[in-house]
Amino acid sequence: MAKKTPALNTSSTADIAFLLLCYFLMTTTMGSQTGLQRRLPPMPDKNQQVQDQKVNRRNIIVVKINSADRLLAGSEPIEVSQLKDRIKEFLTNPTDDPNLPEKEVTDIEGYGSYPISKGVISLQNDRGTSYRAYMEVQNELVKAVNELRDEFSSRAYGKPFNSLDEEKQEIVKTAVPQNISEAEPKDVGKK
Amino acid sequence: MSKFGGSNNKKEVPAMSSGSLSDIVFMLLFFFMVTTQMRDQENKVQVKLPEASEVVKLERKDLSSYINIGPPTRALQAQYGTDARIQLNDSFKTVDDIRDFIAAERDAMSEADRQFMTTVIKGDQDVRMGIITDVKQELRRCSALKIMYQARKTE
Repeated sequence: MAKKTPALNTSSTADIAFLLLCYFLMTTTMGSQTGLQRRLPPMPDKNQQVQDQKVNRRNIIVVKINSADRLLAGSEPIEVSQLKDRIKEFLTNPTDDPNLPEKEVTDIEGYGSYPISKGVISLQNDRGTSYRAYMEVQNELVKAVNELRDEFSSRAYGKPFNSLDEEKQEIVKTAVPQNISEAEPKDVGKK
Repeated sequence: MSKFGGSNNKKEVPAMSSGSLSDIVFMLLFFFMVTTQMRDQENKVQVKLPEASEVVKLERKDLSSYINIGPPTRALQAQYGTDARIQLNDSFKTVDDIRDFIAAERDAMSEADRQFMTTVIKGDQDVRMGIITDVKQELRRCSALKIMYQARKTE
């Protein structure tokens, strides 16, 4: 007569699994990290003569942040909230103002010719600037470019930039470049 | 004792089966194992990230190295003061150590991945730009040019 094996007591597997769960909850982090991506300019060679890049004066806007977190865009002081519109005006140059950047009609593959603005935003900060103010300004600059890209893509494709496929995103990126240069550190606005 | 008789008034509630409890917990466990990453280091500096609305997601977490900048945590303030410091891996370092740190991080990556290496600057929002500029200049010298300023997303 075969003896019936008693059922294995499984009530403790739940406890074991709970222990494991707690371990993973403690040692891991969740959520993705977000931030603003940038590319630093390569270090100029020491032997090489520093040759000033010939950028036409009208093509460059200098945004300076001093140690009191005050802003200077071009030559006039400005508030952070106004910066975005100032940058958008600078990059689009709707009235073809001779003081605002020139545009170069370029043939973009897959789209056609489009006048690409040659404007460059140069961001300078002081050693005493707070990181918060710096990030706020960086954010406004990116926001200005992103809004221009959105405007361009809804004009060209009738959709916002984020819902375009990769190929079209590249076209929009070429048409509205993000030229933010983080210049060599300088002390500005010493008090 | 008929099943549908209902003549039996000595009804006994059967014990609740807890056999599937472990399955449920295991499912939870797997969910957390898949969605989370191992915490790689202990924080020695307090970092309250600045806010930004135009953030992008970090694409490859495994290809990024972190530079934490901020004041030491409260427990360490007695020893190190409240001035902003740089933390690489698990200890306080100076700007000069970044070069070795980047070189070590680069060596740990495969040849093909090195060009995608991103250095994430995790700076406290009240840090002064001086220290961050120093870090940036050092990164340029090591030609680790792809950087990311970590920020919290706001609407």
